[in-house]
Amino acid sequence: MTQTDFVKLVMPLKDKVFRLAKRLLVSNEEAEDATQEILLKLWNNRKKIEEYKNVEAFSMTMTKNLCLDRLKSKQAQNLKIVHSNYQDHNVSLQKQVENNDSVNWVSKIMDGLPEQQKIIVQLRDIEDYEFDEIAKILEMNETAVRVALSRARKTIREKLTNKHSYGLR
Amino acid sequence: MALDNIEQLLEKYDNAETTLAEEAQIRDYFAQDDIPAHLESYKLLFQYVSHTKQEQFTKHVPLQTKRTKVYQWISVAAVAVLMLGAYFQVNQMNQKTTLDDLNHEQLMAYNQTMAVFSLVSSKFNEGTDNLSALNLVSSKLNEGAENLIHLKEFNETTNKIIKTSNR
Repeated sequence: MTQTDFVKLVMPLKDKVFRLAKRLLVSNEEAEDATQEILLKLWNNRKKIEEYKNVEAFSMTMTKNLCLDRLKSKQAQNLKIVHSNYQDHNVSLQKQVENNDSVNWVSKIMDGLPEQQKIIVQLRDIEDYEFDEIAKILEMNETAVRVALSRARKTIREKLTNKHSYGLR
Repeated sequence: MALDNIEQLLEKYDNAETTLAEEAQIRDYFAQDDIPAHLESYKLLFQYVSHTKQEQFTKHVPLQTKRTKVYQWISVAAVAVLMLGAYFQVNQMNQKTTLDDLNHEQLMAYNQTMAVFSLVSSKFNEGTDNLSALNLVSSKLNEGAENLIHLKEFNETTNKIIKTSNR
């Protein structure tokens, strides 16, 4: 496999890997490191990759495992919490500040979820995976995925509603 | 989209029963500005989702090919071959050949040369025997020279005698 073949195969994946890593590791830098490591691992195993039927699912599983390992290891104690800048040019400053704040709430609420639910929400709501794909990536059965996702969604909305109506009541 | 329709979808969404297409519909609905107040919390969620979808990995990852490593090892191998070659060359130069190493023909040639050399050396010795006569002559010559000293002394004494007789 040449470098161009590899780039064609992996480049659509890299953003997904990065977002999943960021969901789990929170910090931008940590997520970048993890993504780089995953890409290099894929590159070093490029001969084996050709044999895999589903490189994407394989990469996502690798990312999940790597990030969970990192969280367990001592490195996790050096985690920085960095929020990215959310841009929205169409709203007024007042609205923008408000929105940023609210969007950060969602981010914070998601950070509070258990790891498995985080991964499932990420894969389903942000990366648009089908349930059977998620089940394959996480090595779980489909029903369990649905149950976990439902729980996560309800938790997020409940917390969001509480925060949003805070001060109004 | 009708409000009760979206509310139904949202309930399915909360139970994780929506399909991907339905979820896209929901996202589209919440992308617009006028959302009923009681669905405001959903709006935040889907806004967040849409933002996060656009996040990209921008860091450059250097992909090193293995070929450079192979070249490195080739240079190491070349150096090793050179060193070995030099070692064997020097070893061969230091090795001395003995008679046992020679084959039959070489041995014959060697023996013949040795015979010629010994013949030459015997004749050479005969020549030196003749030289001894010359040696004898030179010793006699020296004796003669000694006698000349006597003659010199005699000459001196005669001179003395002449001097005294002159007085």
